[in-house]
Amino acid sequence: MRVITQLRLCLSQDHSHRQRRTGRQFIPHKTGEYRKYFPIAPFAGNKSSLPGVLAEDNRIGPENMDQKPAGPSMLALRWLGVVAVPTALALAFLWAGGGFSPDRITQNRLMAELHNAGSYGHGFRRAHAKGVCVSGWFDASADATQLSQAAVFHERHVPVIGRFALAVGQPYAPDSATTVRSMALRLMPPDAPEWRTGMNDPPVLPLRDARDASDFFASQQIDPATGKPDPARTKAFGVTHPWLKPAAEENARRFISSGFADDTFHSLDSFILVAADGRKTAVRWAMMPMEPAMPSNGKAGDHEFLFRKLISDIHDHPLQWHLVMTVAGAHDVINDPSQIWAQDDQTIDAGTLTLNAIESEDGGPCTDITFDPLVLPPGIQPSDDPILQVRSAAYMRSFLRRSGEKRGPSAVTPNLIQASSEGKKP
Amino acid sequence: MNRLVSFSLLSRVLHWLMAVMILGMLFIGVFMAASVGPDYHRLVTVHRPLGIAILVLAILRLANRLRSSVPPLPDDLPPLVKRAATASHILLYGLMIALPLVGWGMLSAGGFPIPLWGQSVLLPPILPHNPGLWSWLRSAHTILAFALFGLVLVHVGAALFHGIIRRDGVLRSMT
Repeated sequence: MRVITQLRLCLSQDHSHRQRRTGRQFIPHKTGEYRKYFPIAPFAGNKSSLPGVLAEDNRIGPENMDQKPAGPSMLALRWLGVVAVPTALALAFLWAGGGFSPDRITQNRLMAELHNAGSYGHGFRRAHAKGVCVSGWFDASADATQLSQAAVFHERHVPVIGRFALAVGQPYAPDSATTVRSMALRLMPPDAPEWRTGMNDPPVLPLRDARDASDFFASQQIDPATGKPDPARTKAFGVTHPWLKPAAEENARRFISSGFADDTFHSLDSFILVAADGRKTAVRWAMMPMEPAMPSNGKAGDHEFLFRKLISDIHDHPLQWHLVMTVAGAHDVINDPSQIWAQDDQTIDAGTLTLNAIESEDGGPCTDITFDPLVLPPGIQPSDDPILQVRSAAYMRSFLRRSGEKRGPSAVTPNLIQASSEGKKP
Repeated sequence: MNRLVSFSLLSRVLHWLMAVMILGMLFIGVFMAASVGPDYHRLVTVHRPLGIAILVLAILRLANRLRSSVPPLPDDLPPLVKRAATASHILLYGLMIALPLVGWGMLSAGGFPIPLWGQSVLLPPILPHNPGLWSWLRSAHTILAFALFGLVLVHVGAALFHGIIRRDGVLRSMT
């Protein structure tokens, strides 16, 4: 405010000088002041008064003439003052929106890269497009209450809506035993804020930050000649991102189970548990199946063999997992999901997940939810892991895109659920 | 007749407080929507309570504006310009109130919890969970934000025009 006042005082000196000289009050339309900022006085409201203004202006002509040498440059400076501030604001706004930062990784850029990597769109999730809804509940063991005040670690029978999916951009892709599988959950304690989590079956994520994610998606760009990513680009990504090699090798070595029901799902990212007394503990978690893990015997002939098996399994008996918290040891890296943690870290069994119902995404309860890993209840906080923010922002953008699109039927249709459960349930 | 030369102290304090908050809000919004980190989550966390604070202040300010008299525009301003000034102020008030409401409504329609500050205090949803509605409101939020920013630029330009070209006391009435 003071700056504006000073600027005005400074700029208005020529006028106050004249006021002193003439002793007349400064009234713009009386003195022809308009001519100083508009050559033809477009702001003169009453057109009939225009000649009068001009006449009066003529009367004080000599005085105006005195000032003419300083007039035009002063006026230009004052107009500059008017234009400069909005222009600066507009440029700053453009900068904030990434207008001057072509290298910035934006939500739209990630969506475009996923699109070029063959993501189908049309109302489906941009990644993990092929999935099915499940529901059940979570029973806390109370062993994690010392680490976190989150209600889910205290309560029993917390309602859960979840989703099993394959990490593909194509909702109609055939099931493959080696495709990354995911389990996403929304835990809803009746009297406390909900918790959402998205987990994957590889133990670590061969991506460290937004730049790695963007480079990876770009390397998966579909080659129009083959309809597949160019293997040379995939290889080049590995060569130019050597720090991801241990994670990629760890994932390549992972045990491929027979299906969703006997698979282990990892949080990948680290989180901070906050106890009632404020004590903080960095953890990663995993859902460990109660089913004995059987090796995969991939049925290449059936496009939906993984989902068909899941439907059959869940209708046969409720499926259960232990939520196991791994507490970061002294040498574990918290802010990088591509880092493998020590094998002898302390673990805590926080409780049991039971899933006993399965529904197609066509009308199912998980379809309208985005499993943003930063939807966290009091007692769980994000770590400094940059991938958490990439996921949150990208999931939100994917949710926005798909919600505005018309959606076709899912690969796992209500009919498929019905057919795969026949004979299992009355 | 005594003509007011200045807005009341309360009006001026509300005006400049909200000027800072709204500009900050617009810049946070456009930055976070074009970002995936490292400050994305922190900005989202600030954006929500700041939006609600703006909503509350805007309603207070509208009430204050309706029950207080304000300095008249200079007599020599053409009627068309006066009408444009009035319309732009009505639009400014409308957007100050609509934008936070659309933001609140869109998070409700998206099925997101709406933490006000920290994770414990949640705002209740004001619309049903409906992804089509979420998508529509999310886009409307962007369009209205750009409209508000454009209007703010015009407002700033007009204020400076009054202050350093016309020097007619209009800018001084708010400083």
